[in-house]
Amino acid sequence: MASTDTGVHIKKHSSPAAGGPQDPHDLAGLEAGLDALDSVEVGRTPLRETLIRKVLPPVTAVALVLVGWQLLVWAEVAPAYKLPSPFTVWDEVTAAWRQGTLLDYIWTSVSRGLLGFLLALAIGTPLGLLVARVRFVRAAIGPILSGLQSLPSVAWVPPAVIWLGLDDSMMFAVILLGAVPSIANGLVAGIDQIPPLFLRAGRTLGATGLREARYIVMPAALPGYLAGLKQGWAFSWRSLMAAEIIASSPDLGVGLGQLLENGRNNASMSQVFLAIFLILLVGIAIDLLIFSPLERQVLRSRGLLVTR
Amino acid sequence: MATTIATAAADATAVTHAARIGHVSKSFPAPGVPGGRQLVLDDITLDVAPGEFVTLLGASGCGKSTLLNLVAGLDRPSAGSIDTDGRPALMFQEHALFPWLTAGKNIELALKLRGVAKPERRHEAQRLLELVRLQGAYGKRVHELSGGMRQRVALARALAQDSRLLLMDEPFAALDAITRDVLHDELTRVWRETGLSVLFVTHNVREAVKLAQRVVLLSSRPGRIAREWTVGIPQPRRIEDAAVAELSVGITEELRGEIRRHGQH
Repeated sequence: MASTDTGVHIKKHSSPAAGGPQDPHDLAGLEAGLDALDSVEVGRTPLRETLIRKVLPPVTAVALVLVGWQLLVWAEVAPAYKLPSPFTVWDEVTAAWRQGTLLDYIWTSVSRGLLGFLLALAIGTPLGLLVARVRFVRAAIGPILSGLQSLPSVAWVPPAVIWLGLDDSMMFAVILLGAVPSIANGLVAGIDQIPPLFLRAGRTLGATGLREARYIVMPAALPGYLAGLKQGWAFSWRSLMAAEIIASSPDLGVGLGQLLENGRNNASMSQVFLAIFLILLVGIAIDLLIFSPLERQVLRSRGLLVTR
Repeated sequence: MATTIATAAADATAVTHAARIGHVSKSFPAPGVPGGRQLVLDDITLDVAPGEFVTLLGASGCGKSTLLNLVAGLDRPSAGSIDTDGRPALMFQEHALFPWLTAGKNIELALKLRGVAKPERRHEAQRLLELVRLQGAYGKRVHELSGGMRQRVALARALAQDSRLLLMDEPFAALDAITRDVLHDELTRVWRETGLSVLFVTHNVREAVKLAQRVVLLSSRPGRIAREWTVGIPQPRRIEDAAVAELSVGITEELRGEIRRHGQH
């Protein structure tokens, strides 16, 4: 092996000034070639394709469910007061729209839910950071925090009503108890999954303490954190609906939970269906409009999104 | 061409230095032995002069990465002292670039953490990217870059620390041979342009000889300085040069001897 190398070397030596790594243009050219050969171009899918692949399937699924539902109504599997037809429910929607109450129902609940979620975010984030980064805090409250996640937040409604009375603060308390553990746990999971190499690299660059948290830990944990936020929103929304169904008072206004409860009291199945659909719709809409784009944006920018 | 110099001589004469490693030992708790300690580095004394390029060569388990971590200040020695001129920059085998930032912003983060004012950061990041010949990569995400480009951005980010000493932990080991060869030339060029001191860890003898002014061979378990060579071959060198090959053969023999000793008991 050594002899072959020597042979090549002697040949090159016959023209010492020309070529070789000495020539900066040659090295630059070689490098440019390697860069071009090895780089990955990442493109975006066109809108039409997105529509066909992402929008068409769920629309089809919803249409099939509606058709199946109407078929059940026609087959009269249950009396009309138990199973209203899709058209009756749709009439309920248009009636509420004409009365101008539809958006009121939605807004009452959504504004409560989002405000509660933002509060949960403000509390859950520093809490998660503390649990993940401070060993004593983790040992002290880490297990409780994960345990709280499995406690149905509807369990908090009776004590919240007794402690805080029938007003918005009681709603927020229930939302916080549902969402804060999710958000904090999501952040803890995100931080635990940070490759140690990033932390070493950050420390070498001089990122310690709060600057490490701000410039290395939080951005590195962002995917896990976002997953926690998403779950935190789901928990906020669920807790709020539970609270609205159980606790009703004229001061609280009519949110979607109360709408559902009123429907039960009035024995109006179409109103119950309307409330359930609106609750579901808001949950899906918030996820589609806020969390999914955010998550995709984060994953795409890190090259973690596999486009098929 | 290959000459051996005593480490003690350098120790006594060097007044200014980029790094001074004095009688450093490092031991870790031995696995499975309660209270037992495993000695990883044993009485290492090594100086790196300003502007000097030193490669640390050794087989697996010789503690060369441990030594680099100690010099970087990521860990503390069990005994002895380490003195560096400011906080050294460190490059890893993996590029360790932050995937949530673009190539340019990775460099700017290093500048920001160093305390460079905001208006100057962008300009300085561009200058460093030009230094590693990646002027077009400022807005690129890490996953859009090739392995070689990532290591060059990592080099630019390390240079952004404006440290006088650059520590490199097998930074090219995961690259293909052609890219590695190109990056050797690139590193040599950057080293000469910046006048940095470099402490470069590798298990690749040719790489060590091609890059270094001084090659330090570490023995394994525990890591001790086995031998040193001053490499007098003029730069720029090629990995195929006869002189590089000749010295590499000698060093490889020595390295193999060190490894063989472990199979004898």
